[in-house]
Amino acid sequence: MSPASGQFKPGDRVKVKFEDRPGHLRTPWYIRGKSGWVEKVYGDFLNPELLAFGKDGLPKKTLYLVAFNFTDVFAKPAGAKDKVLVDIYDHWLEPLA
Amino acid sequence: MADTVTDDHGHEHPKHELSHLAKRIYAIRELLIEKGVITEKDIQCQIEYQEARTPANGAKLVARAWTDATFKARFIADPKAACAEMGIDATAINEFVVLENSEKVRHMVVCTLCSCYPRPILGRPPDWYKSFNYRQRSVADPRGVMREFGLELPDDVEVRVHDSTADIRYIVLPVRPAGTEGWSIADLEKLVTRDSMIGVMDALPALPE
Repeated sequence: MSPASGQFKPGDRVKVKFEDRPGHLRTPWYIRGKSGWVEKVYGDFLNPELLAFGKDGLPKKTLYLVAFNFTDVFAKPAGAKDKVLVDIYDHWLEPLA
Repeated sequence: MADTVTDDHGHEHPKHELSHLAKRIYAIRELLIEKGVITEKDIQCQIEYQEARTPANGAKLVARAWTDATFKARFIADPKAACAEMGIDATAINEFVVLENSEKVRHMVVCTLCSCYPRPILGRPPDWYKSFNYRQRSVADPRGVMREFGLELPDDVEVRVHDSTADIRYIVLPVRPAGTEGWSIADLEKLVTRDSMIGVMDALPALPE
């Protein structure tokens, strides 16, 4: 994988932006506005939100594996260590102090 | 092809009433052929290619990883290279990640946005994988879904649900069942189900003879 250009590194706390706009969005609704941490940096990929409209997908966006505690996403009982892990592009994330 | 009839322009149509979408697919297919964009042969080749990709590919990889620690390390470090080594073509996948299960950690894969699936390794996804029910409940109630597949996990096991929303395709490396020491690779492969590589269940148990 190519070196990543994005703003985050593994372990960084992040919040998923709560955005909604027309178009092809690749961040699931249930995870928007939720807080987690970067588990892994996958590298830079063509932006699928542009590719979907026949564009070239540039500039590339860094893709992360972002981990969330299950109970931070769903208000339901679960195993204490259960997690939801979602692949999220850089422009959907903001740093969390 | 008992359920089809050959019409006067030489190819087959199902006998029963077609749905709106099926009619549209046949219409598009005929137009593409008529205009010379693709041929009947292209379609047949593509069907054969799709059907050649089955969970048996994944089972081969898993059984070898169970029996060969250095292969397992390669499979996890560079899954596409490990596939090539086994004669499995995974080049169509952008990035490919192996999720290794253990007694303390179980992984489960879903694509809540559509139905992203490691097709070169597992073939076509089962219909339930694409259903709204699975796509909702796998993230919101993973333990409930696993229970329906017969897997009841203690609370101290970590369940990690992977929502593959982007360019990465995931395959679960299930735990090798107890009591399979010394088994041949061919016998081990029989225990590796498609569903165990999606992660909704474990590999099949070794039943006594």
